[in-house]
Amino acid sequence: MPDNRGVADDVLSISNLVKTYRRAGKEVRAVDGVALAVAPGEFVAVQGPSGCGKTTLLLVAGGLLRPDGGRVAVGGDDPYALSAEGRARFRAARIGFVFQQFHLVPYLSVLDNVLVPSLAEARPGAAARARGLVERFGLGPRADHRPGELSTGERQRVALARALLNEPRLILADEPTGNLDRASAAVVLDHLAEFAKADGAVLLVTHDPWAAQRATRQVRMETGRLVS
Amino acid sequence: MTLWRLIAKEIAYRRLNFALSVVAVLVAVGCLVAELVLLRAHDLRAEGIAESKEARTRGMVGKLEEDYIKITLGLGYNVLVLSKDQDLGRFYAQGVAETTMPEAYVKRLAESRVITVQHLMPTLQERIEWPEKGKLPILLMGTRGEVPIAHRDAKKPLLQPVAKGTLVVGSLVGERLGLKKGDAATLRGQSFTVAEVRPPRGNEDDVTVWADLGEAQALLGRPGEINAILALSCFCAEATLDGMRKEIGTALDQKVQVLELAREAATRRAARARASALAEEVVQSEEAGRAEQRTERQGFAEWIVPLVIVGCTVWVGLMAFSNARDRRGEIGVLRALGVRGGQVLAVFLGRALLVGLAGAALGYALGLGVAAAWDARQGGGVGLAALVAPWVLAGTLVLAPLFSAIASFVPALVAAGQDPAEILQDQ
Repeated sequence: MPDNRGVADDVLSISNLVKTYRRAGKEVRAVDGVALAVAPGEFVAVQGPSGCGKTTLLLVAGGLLRPDGGRVAVGGDDPYALSAEGRARFRAARIGFVFQQFHLVPYLSVLDNVLVPSLAEARPGAAARARGLVERFGLGPRADHRPGELSTGERQRVALARALLNEPRLILADEPTGNLDRASAAVVLDHLAEFAKADGAVLLVTHDPWAAQRATRQVRMETGRLVS
Repeated sequence: MTLWRLIAKEIAYRRLNFALSVVAVLVAVGCLVAELVLLRAHDLRAEGIAESKEARTRGMVGKLEEDYIKITLGLGYNVLVLSKDQDLGRFYAQGVAETTMPEAYVKRLAESRVITVQHLMPTLQERIEWPEKGKLPILLMGTRGEVPIAHRDAKKPLLQPVAKGTLVVGSLVGERLGLKKGDAATLRGQSFTVAEVRPPRGNEDDVTVWADLGEAQALLGRPGEINAILALSCFCAEATLDGMRKEIGTALDQKVQVLELAREAATRRAARARASALAEEVVQSEEAGRAEQRTERQGFAEWIVPLVIVGCTVWVGLMAFSNARDRRGEIGVLRALGVRGGQVLAVFLGRALLVGLAGAALGYALGLGVAAAWDARQGGGVGLAALVAPWVLAGTLVLAPLFSAIASFVPALVAAGQDPAEILQDQ
């Protein structure tokens, strides 16, 4: 179902998005004419079964996967109008990512993992901001530990802190609570909600109705289309 | 966070991969450095041995020269006795004495007690043109062979006399006039038979015609006269040339002058030159032997060292591929977070440079140490300090990281070119 609420100052605006995979001579339309806008302060959950195209939607929205049709705008700008290098800078400056598998760098400490986005976008005060985030997410005593020494909940909080380092307006979260227990998941969802309330925007994709209920708005996706 | 910090942390985390890569560079650099150091040690040792051998050879040659001098001194002098009135300037210019002296002088000299003279040969020489043979210029030499010395035992004569009625002709004269042994020849109206045509000697003998002294005196209109007495093998071991001059002068009433023929001096010079040439040959032969040995060793190095370097380069490349594969997920998330492909490339190449630097430093130390120990075992090692070559160290510190980076370039390029979306979807 198309979303016609998009306005110029939406943090994320997706219109008529199409993405097709071609594998072994077969075409699979993972995203089929999706339109979605996420305004500042919104926490939007895209819910749907596995394989419905949620992750593809998230990757396309994050400037990681070029769509076959339609348009994506983050803060009004189309990342696909940029070169690959320009798009990388764009992601570093404007988008925070949180993944189900955390994707922390195994040989870096908690603090260094939070600082990884500063490799792509070196901003003044990054180290102080990273230390602040580590404290804010209750990871102070673990600052020098490696991911292998953390619980899964702690790892996801590190990933969340990392996503916030460069102060993006948009967080894209792909099943961030998929590997967490309810308590840890609640902490993560609370932080996402808090980010949204502070004039940010969150697009969460999940198959978990419980996680989706924490969002301010929920949409359902089936076979590549938004259905509600 | 910087790329170097990321590289350092990763190296500390994946120590085994890094260590194996460093070992590859270490082996390559170690082989190269050891070979270069061994060649340098060979050169230094060869230089030292050559200097020492050259000094010893020069000493031996000096001794040899002294021996030659003594030997040739022992041979004595050859002297030429000329009339006191002979202008030496004209003699030197023309090569023939113009002024004559009585033939009786040679008899007096033979009968005197001159102890230094071994052989006496009176001659009458004059440059003439052979009128019957197209005025061919010749040196006519009348000789009576050797005059026996009264107070000495009979010796084998150095020069045989020319029989009366015969001529002995030099090779050029014989060739130009078509003369051969037994031919009849007329000289200044007198008939002769050619007794011998001398073989070429490359000197004035080739244009000389020898005749009996009496017949030569008749032909030249100088009966009873000679213009030179050749006194050969004058034994001067105890006497000086001046002493001999005085002795001959006294025997002939000071009416003659005595000249030393240069032949012995030339002999001494030739002997010295031969000795020097021999020394040079010995030194050059030694140097050639060592150069050949070096070439053999260098040839072996030129074959084995590149093989080791190529093998180790492939090894480093494979380790880099393994590292890139292990870090696929990390690269995917880094790229998703905005780290650019060039930065990922720099991470891998920076790591490769550190592999090269560490391998170069350790390989240099190992290669130097092994080569120095090997050299010391060869005996007469030149010492570690002499083998340290800063340019080799500098070269390895530059080239090893470069080779390591080249070997890691393709894996780094593959890593940098990976699609983050694909990686994230796979995981």
